[in-house]
Amino acid sequence: MTTLRNQGVPDAGHAQHLLRQMLRVRRLEEKCIELYSAAKIRGFLHVYIGEEAVAAGVMEALLPEDAVVATYREHGHALLRGVSAGAILAEMYGHAEGCCRGRGGSMHLFDAATRFYGGNAIVAGGLPLAVGLALADRMAGRQRVTVCFFGEGAVAEGEFHESMNLAALWQLPVLFCCENNLYAMGTALGRSESQTDIALKAAGYEISAWAVDGMDVLAVEEAARRAVDAVRSGGGPHFLELRTYRFRAHSMFDPELYREKSEVTRWMERDPISLLRAAMQAAGQLPDEEWAALQADVEAEISTAVGFAENGTPEPVSELARFVYSDRADDGSDVGSVAGDGAGKEGATP
Amino acid sequence: MKTTYREAMRAALRDAMQRDERVFLMGEDVGRYGGSFAVSLGLLEEFGPERIRDTPLSESGFVGAGIGAALGGMRPVVEIMTVNFSLLALDQIINNAATLLHMSGGQFNVPIVIRMTTGAGRQLGAQHSHSLEGWYAHIPGLRILAPATLADARGMLWTALQDPDPVLIFEHGSLYNMAGELDDDAGAVDIDKATVLRRADSKADGSADAVTIITYGGTLPMVLDAADQLAGEGIGADVIDLRTLRPLDTHTLLDSVARTHRAVVVDEGWRSGSISAEIAARISELAFFDLDAPVERVCSAEVPVPYAKHLEQAALPSVERVMAAARRAVGAGG
Ligand SMILES: Cc1ncc(C[n+]2csc(CCOP(=O)(O)OP(=O)(O)O)c2C)c(N)n1
Repeated sequence: MTTLRNQGVPDAGHAQHLLRQMLRVRRLEEKCIELYSAAKIRGFLHVYIGEEAVAAGVMEALLPEDAVVATYREHGHALLRGVSAGAILAEMYGHAEGCCRGRGGSMHLFDAATRFYGGNAIVAGGLPLAVGLALADRMAGRQRVTVCFFGEGAVAEGEFHESMNLAALWQLPVLFCCENNLYAMGTALGRSESQTDIALKAAGYEISAWAVDGMDVLAVEEAARRAVDAVRSGGGPHFLELRTYRFRAHSMFDPELYREKSEVTRWMERDPISLLRAAMQAAGQLPDEEWAALQADVEAEISTAVGFAENGTPEPVSELARFVYSDRADDGSDVGSVAGDGAGKEGATP
Repeated sequence: MKTTYREAMRAALRDAMQRDERVFLMGEDVGRYGGSFAVSLGLLEEFGPERIRDTPLSESGFVGAGIGAALGGMRPVVEIMTVNFSLLALDQIINNAATLLHMSGGQFNVPIVIRMTTGAGRQLGAQHSHSLEGWYAHIPGLRILAPATLADARGMLWTALQDPDPVLIFEHGSLYNMAGELDDDAGAVDIDKATVLRRADSKADGSADAVTIITYGGTLPMVLDAADQLAGEGIGADVIDLRTLRPLDTHTLLDSVARTHRAVVVDEGWRSGSISAEIAARISELAFFDLDAPVERVCSAEVPVPYAKHLEQAALPSVERVMAAARRAVGAGG
């Protein structure tokens, strides 16, 4: 059994905070799976179970004014960035109370208040956006950082390379966080990349890059703080390759024909939650009753969130055409009233 | 003031950069080279490399970065050399720029302006000559502009920059050298309405026949020319410049068709699945009983635009083809 690589555990309060954060993500997603099986939520559902240390560690390094860009496997990123579990679940229910009023769903969570820019279902689609958010900060002279999460599958896309080049060329304040869980759906890294050392690829663009044990939340946090500080103080783009693993299937539709059960089991021995818990116990920091209380707290949060989502209201169909264009005083001169159903105001008719 | 379409575009850029420090221009060769169509010539010296930002050959990367910068509070103007190259950035334009407002439930606007050239007629072969603005007009969430006049070349950019949503501006390559008079104080223009640039004399003058000719962008000068010649044959023409392909100003089209009872749509795109198909469909849906003849369309031949001059010209709409369509519409034989 592997333990945390770091020498010692931080103070009990902080360790417990990290543990709680990871547990919140874990329980939220276990609940999502349940709700999915009960057909309460639909669409694609990609869970992050096993990878929680990555989001938990990186988010610790951010300030409220920073920006986060993520992929379709982003429930955990959204939650730990500060979007409420209720708003996330309500979104999956398609309810008006959801963080995107039911228009985004599991793969497209957004939240302006916490500068959470998605929720992008196009592999690598978020990388150029992160570059642009960082460019805006640079041009406006703001000391903000943009963090971009993406899977190792994105590394094969052209947008990855275009984004590395632009970020380095213009020395932009962006932190790229590659969540290397070894598989892009069923394609193992070695079957898709000629060079499988991803940090090395980033380094090829003159970006400071290093690989981190993504199952060790303390190691992730430490690396993220170091990288974010460097980015914030004008050190240009930085890159972390976070070596992690997803314990579950790619999505709810995946029969997982591409990997051995034994491989999964082996990685589960390095469950980031168990690792931190064990380290805390070894340091005498987590008496059983505290662990029980922590679990109960998280359970309560999630069940309140489910109640919130469950009691939400479906976004009305009469609102379908909203947010295609901004509401403007002059709504264009398309023939809404003349047209009736067909060719009227841009936008679909229910 | 005497000016050209190119100079009018440049004046619009300069004006926007002066008025709003969030505005910057980004694209391949917009800076040191002066713009591949010389639109931004001299602006680098005036505004510096931060705001006249040369990019590598990375259409998806820099268009996406423009979208990100717009999300981050800037007002980027992104230039793509030609519409053909914009296909490398389709992911960013369609999956991000056009969708983020809606998917975020109204939280994230993308106030970006993307400019690009479009159109044929300069013997550049298929990969530099297509007119794909009609495709973009298919996409909800985008606003599609096609300035065809000096006033619009000068005025549309600023209006587009005020729009909280993504706006694509298509500049037909054959228009850049178009010269003419522009008011000294020309400025921002409305981008919601099509304009009727010429009205058919009504039946009062004895000419029994009238037709509405609808077009936009690079084919407008040709249509005006055709309208002049048709007048000599006793056929009056309303000439409508759409100016905005999405959202379409259907009102102006219907008003005109209600008077002329005939319509010809001229579009340099291909006929199948085109913006002209949409316009013809709207007219038949909404003005069927006003029509005295089927809606005519003059489009490009359904071939990749060829290089050889005679083949290219044969593929494109022409004054003759516009006139023939108008004659058919009024029953005067084609
Ligand atoms: C451009 C694009 N191509 C294909 C897909 C289909 N797809 C969805 S997830 C995925 C694998 C992505 O793997 P990775 O980037 O490693 O992320 P992970 O799922 O492992 O978190 C693929 C191919 C997509 N969403 N976008």
